[in-house]
Parts: sequence; C-alpha cells; structure tokens
Amino acid sequence: MTVQDRVHSPEEGAAQGGAYEERTLGFWLYMLSDAVIFALLFATYLVMAGNIAGAPSPQSQFSLTHAFGETLLLLTSSLTFGLASLAQKANRPRLLQAFLLVTFLLGLGFVLMELVEFQGMIAAGAGPDQSGALSSFFVLVGTHGLHVSVGLLWILVMMSQVALKGLTAPVSSRLARLGLFWHFLDIIWVGIFSVVYLPGVLE
Amino acid sequence: MLGKLTLDALPFYSWVAMGGAGLIVFGGFAVVALITWFGLWRYLWTEWLTSVDHKRVGIMYIVLALVMLLRGFIDAIMMRAQQAFALNSDGYLPPDHFDQIFSSHGTIMIFFMAMPFLSGLINVIMPQQIGARDVAFPFLNSLSLWLSAAGAALVMISLVLGTFSTAGWTGYPPYSGIAHNPSVGVDYWIWAILVSGVGTTLTGINFVVTILKRRAPGMKLMRMPLFTWTAFCSSLLMIFAFPALTVVVSMLALDRIFGLHFFTNADGGNMMNYINLFWIWGHPEVYILILPAFGVFSEVVATFSRKRLFGYTSLVIATMAIGLLSFTVWLHHFFTMGSSASVNAFFGIATMVIAVPTGVKVFDWLLTMFRGRIEFPPPMLWTLGFIVTFVIGGVTGVLLALPPVDYLMHNTTFLVAHFHNMIIPGVLFGFLAGYMYWFPKMFGFTLDARWGARSFWCWIIGFYLAFMPLYLLGFMGMPRRLEQYNVPEWQPYLIVAALGAVVILGGIACLIIQLAVSIRTRHERRDLTGDPWDGRTLEWMTASPPAPYNFAVLPQVESIDAFHEMKKQGKADQRPQHYSDIELPRSTAAGVLLGALAFLLGFAVVWHIWWLAIAALAAIVGTVIARSFDDDCEFVLPAEEVERTETRHHQLRQAAARWAADSARDQTADSPALQEQTP
Repeated sequence: MTVQDRVHSPEEGAAQGGAYEERTLGFWLYMLSDAVIFALLFATYLVMAGNIAGAPSPQSQFSLTHAFGETLLLLTSSLTFGLASLAQKANRPRLLQAFLLVTFLLGLGFVLMELVEFQGMIAAGAGPDQSGALSSFFVLVGTHGLHVSVGLLWILVMMSQVALKGLTAPVSSRLARLGLFWHFLDIIWVGIFSVVYLPGVLE
Repeated sequence: MLGKLTLDALPFYSWVAMGGAGLIVFGGFAVVALITWFGLWRYLWTEWLTSVDHKRVGIMYIVLALVMLLRGFIDAIMMRAQQAFALNSDGYLPPDHFDQIFSSHGTIMIFFMAMPFLSGLINVIMPQQIGARDVAFPFLNSLSLWLSAAGAALVMISLVLGTFSTAGWTGYPPYSGIAHNPSVGVDYWIWAILVSGVGTTLTGINFVVTILKRRAPGMKLMRMPLFTWTAFCSSLLMIFAFPALTVVVSMLALDRIFGLHFFTNADGGNMMNYINLFWIWGHPEVYILILPAFGVFSEVVATFSRKRLFGYTSLVIATMAIGLLSFTVWLHHFFTMGSSASVNAFFGIATMVIAVPTGVKVFDWLLTMFRGRIEFPPPMLWTLGFIVTFVIGGVTGVLLALPPVDYLMHNTTFLVAHFHNMIIPGVLFGFLAGYMYWFPKMFGFTLDARWGARSFWCWIIGFYLAFMPLYLLGFMGMPRRLEQYNVPEWQPYLIVAALGAVVILGGIACLIIQLAVSIRTRHERRDLTGDPWDGRTLEWMTASPPAPYNFAVLPQVESIDAFHEMKKQGKADQRPQHYSDIELPRSTAAGVLLGALAFLLGFAVVWHIWWLAIAALAAIVGTVIARSFDDDCEFVLPAEEVERTETRHHQLRQAAARWAADSARDQTADSPALQEQTP
C-alpha cells in the first residue's frame, strides 16, 4: 500500500456524489427484483387463464374502452412525470410541483378506474375467489395497482419534501428514483394491456 | 377484538409442547431479567440494537443464527428420538406435534440459522475485504437484520401461542391449503418467511451495491478475495430468486385468507404451479447458502496452507457458473410430477452439469494444499472434513439427478440423507469455520483451539452416524417424515442415527464450552496485531476488533492477496502523515422499530386481528416516510480522534511484534536442539 498524504482523497470526495449513484444502482436492482415478481405473476396468469371452473372467464369481463381509458391515463401520467423531471432539471420547483400534482391526479384516476372495474367484476359474479383464472387475473392486475398506489403516496411525500426542503441534493435524487419507479410501472402496464386485455378482447 | 386468538391457543395438547412453550417463556423472562439485573438495557440499545455499523449488525446476525441453531437442533434430536422408539408404538410425540417439529426444523435451519449466519459473516467481513468503511446502505442493513429477527420471533412464538405448520418446510398444497389445514400453523410459516424474505432481498441489494461501488482504489473485480466473490454471487441470487418465494408464499396466503384458488384442489387451482414457483426460488437458495461457505473454505485453505489460492480465476468462473446454472435445475426437485421424459432428461443433465464447476472447486482446494505448509487449527479441520464429506454428498446427488433413480428414491430418507450431506458439511461446517476463523476479528481474542477441534470431531463423527444409516434406510424404502412404522428391520439403523444425533449434541456442547472457555481466558488470547493467522486479505489489516471506520486511510490495492503483498513489501504498517475526518452513519432506532412492527403485522394477520394488522401497516408506512425526511443520517468523526485511535492501535501492534520476537528468541535459547540446528 502506498499510504499517501491525502487530506481530500479523490475517492473520499467522490463518496458524497457516489452516495446518490449507489442509491440509484440499488434502486435498479430493486426494480429487477420487482420485475421478477411481475414475470412470475404473468406466467401464472398465462398458465391459469383457462382454469375458469364454471365461473365467468376473465376475458368475458373485459371492456376495451375501459382498459383503453386506463392506459391513456397511465401513459399520460408518464408524460407529465417526464415534464416534471424537466422542470426539476431546470430548477423550477413551482412548475415541478404542478406537474407532480397532474401526475398524481392521472395516477389516481387510473387506480379509481381499476377499482371500478374490479368492483363491477365482483358484482357480476366474477370475483377473485370464483376460479383459478380469476385469482390470477386479480392478483396480477391488482399487484400492479398496488404498486401505482404506493407510487401515488410517494408522489405526495415528494411534493411535501420539495415544499419543505426545496430541491436539495437528496430530494432531487429521490425524485429521480420516483421517476424510474413510475416509468417502470408504465412498462408493466403495457405488458398487462398486451398480454391480458388485448388477447382477451380479440378472442 | 383478538380475532381467532383465544385461550385454546395455549399448547395444552401435549406435555412436550407445553414443556417447549415453558422453556421459551422462561428463557425469555430469564434473558430480560439478566439484562435488567446487570443494567445493560441502555448499553444494548445504544451500542447494539440501534447500531448500523456493519460489524455490529453482522455479529447480531450470527448471535441470532447460533440461537436458532440450538432450537433447530433440539427439533432434530427430538425427531431422531421419536423414530428410534416408534416401532409399532406411538413413541412419545403425538403425530400432529411430530409434524410440527419436522416443519419447524427445516424452516428454522434454512431461514433462521443458515441465512442469518451467512448474512452475518458477509456483513462483518466483506466490507473489510474490499477495503470499505461500511456497506452501501447501513440503515437498510439494520432493517434487514430486524426483519430476519421478526421472522424468527414469529416461529418462536408459535411454540407458545397456537401451533406451527405441519406441512413441512416446503408447505406443499393442497395439504397446506385452508381446507386441509385450518389452524394457524401454516400462517405462522407463511408470515415468518414473508417478513424475513423481504429482509433478505434488501440484504442482497445492499451487498451487490457495496461490492460494485465501495471497493478500495485498485481493488479490481479480479483482485477481490474469493469470499467476496461468493458473497457477490450469492447476493445476486438473493435479488433474483427471493421474489419467487415472496410470490408463491403470498399466493398461498391469499388462498388461505381470501379464499382464492391458486393452489386449491378444486375451482381451477394449479398445485404444480406452487411446486414450480417454490423451487424456482428453492434451488438457487441452495447456492445462496453454499457459495459463501465455499468462499470461507477458499480463504481458510489458502491461509493455512501458506500458499496463494490455486486457480483463483477458475474458482471465480466456477462460482459464477454455479450461480447461473442454479436457475436451470429446479425441476429436479419434482421429477415425479410427470413431465415428459425429455423435460426430465433436460433437467437431469443440467443437474449433472452443475457437478462440473463444483468439482473444479474441489480440485482447486486440493491443489492449494498440495506442497503447502499446512497447519490444522479448527477452521482448517472443518474445511478438510467438508471436502471429504461433501464429495460423498455430491455423488449421491448425481445419483438422484437420474430421473429413473429419482422415481425410486424420492421422498425416502435417501433424499433426507443426501441434502443433509450437502448442507451440513457444505454450509454449516463452512460457517463454523468462518466463525472460528474470523472470531478474533470480531472480538479481539481467539477461540480455544482444543475445544474447537473436539467440536469438529463430534460433529463429523455424529454426522456420519446420523446420516449414513438414512441412506441405507432409503434403499430399504423408508419414507421421510414417518412418525411411526412397523418394519422391524429399520429400527437398528434408526437407533444408530439417534446415537449420531447424540454425538452431534456433544459437538454443540463443545461449541458452547469453547465460547465460555475462550471468554474466561480472553486476556491470554488477545489478538493485538489484528492479524492472528498471518492472513492474506485486507480484513486482517484492520485492528481486532476494528475501529468503527475500519480503515483510517483507504488502502491502495495492487494485487490479489493484497495484505500479504503489503507485508512482503514491508508496507503493511506504514502510517500516513495526516488523518482526515471520517463520515460515519448515525445509529437509528428505525430499523428495530420497523422489525417490531413487521412482527406485529405478521402476528396480527396470523390470528386475523385485523385492526392490529391495519394499525401495524400504517405505522410501518408512517415510519418509512418519517425516516425519508431525515437527511441528517451521518456524523463526522474528527481527524484527531481517528489519529488517537490509530496511534493506540499502532503502539499495540508494535508491542505485540516486539513481544513475539522476544518470545521466539527465548524459545530458541531454551531449546538446545534448536540451538544446534541454528548455525
């Protein structure tokens, strides 16, 4: 070892900026792990979608317009989150807050539409406890919905952090990870739309 | 108000169960009373429970593992005792209780002994091996620990309130479904696993980021010590495999609580999907456990052969190959599911392929010892015992990898013997080797070698006595998990197996005596140098026990076996001209609080106490949010204090070196034979 006289060694200086980099990497790893969860839920749905056991099939309950509406809300919310990130980069906290609010409302609309769909299915005798196919449908789509709900809560937390703390380094780094999370959920939804709803409606 | 929890939950169904419950309650009270008597609460709380220092977190993990080892072993010896007597008789355990015991034995040994043990060893050692000051996410680390502890607590409390699962450690449906298993046992199993599983996933993320981002300057990937490599591979497997366990166990919970039909017998359930999902996690889990132990063996064998590890690159490649292949063999756990012959053949061949990189490793360890100056302290004994015994287990594994053979052997004691033959030498011996090897690093004094050797001999002899008969019983067709039987030919073998368990009990007693003796004589066995074994890797460069920051100045790494190279070049004890301030993570109660809340959440759901479950969940969310507002999680250790600590350590090291030189000279002077030989 060459023990140098390093009062401010490069790696110790990098440690500060490095901390956020580490958190981002950690968050990517978390999302990979979460992606495995969704992959297995998708696989389970595909394996079980035919096990209707005398109950209505999930496909018979789908409405393309409803699913399209949900898709529109969620994809638009991804756009508005992108705009929020641009506002954050431009260091305009008010604009950022406005876009976060719009994103929140769009996301909330999505979750409410999903709940309406679930409620309608349960009322029509196609609840998750009716067949293996319905169980796998509700848990796949519901897990995504739960993730979006957590994302909504996270948006609220970040809006209050921006309001209370301003755009400090830790707040900005958290916003960046929230963005990753939000876009990730968007991609999962695209998967759900194309694997669950589209084939279901096309049949 | 209390959901399903009534007085019936108390274990009045069997005297043995009541004894177990009494032991837990009494033991718990005794621990609390002792801590209060010695006035240790404040010390425990500020220095340990709220600590986020990776070394402290690691030590707490190991304490948890050793406590749970005792519990899991009590289960084991109870099963062996039952089977030794239960020929044409009920034995002393009612069937329901026997089933709980084999379920909790497996669950505890995998999830609450082996997993905490490996997280603990990696926690203490890995950051030091790569020249880092802590893991990347110290708070997350503490949270993982307390989630594991919460899971373990759920298993323990099932002894007192309610029952544990009777569905085995794998919990196969439909038997584990609500229709066949309406009691809370399976729910305890589910929530213990879910809570600790979240912790494990976080641990995996934490270690991977630490290894990728926190290596000291010059510590390239191919210069990392092998234990760090195996920790890395194992952590990657945690990230990718544990979600499968979370998914499958959550689905089972949904089936049980909300009446869904993932795995039910009727209404379109698919039981084989459970078994598939479970083993998609379960097989990589085997390597999550065993790879870090391989890492320990690699460190130990190089240190005590006084040679560089043979075939470092091949060991790294073999490790990563095993990690990758571990995801391609899960179906060999259920060849009898009835897949087509070609599917079974594929997984059979993939299973045999895994034996190749494992064989590479065995040869690398053997060749490391070849022409080395081998010493035989306890860590090395465990390693040698492992190599011999593990090869036997590997051979029986390749046997079972043949689907036609598996059709004959599955669910017999041959299988039980096989996986214990992999896991006891492959995992437990490895962790015990690591415990004895790194103990001086953790506490500043070495463990007694004589009691360590005695423990080893008891364990290995006990192992052969306990499990070789099970291979033979498997050939004779004895199914696993039998509470009683009517085949007289089996009994002699089962008695030998029970004797083996008694010998292993001796091994555990030796472990406890070793710890007690070593603590009593700790002043004679102080490790002042920080390097008691003449080690080769960076963890031996720090003090024993290390300062909170490990390295005052981050080391500059120029090769593998970095510390050995520094010592050779005389650079190991150089001091810098200046010290700088060091930022360290602040202790926090959030981890232990979240662990306690997770325990409450699990307990509430097990007993359907919904208000408590909602309150606990809300408190968890609230705590996480409150924690996210806290940006002041670090404090600065001033340079003067670093310098004081380092100076003291330096002086101790110098004194130890002088003392060692003096005593070596004295010995030479005292011994005429040596004097004659010395020219």
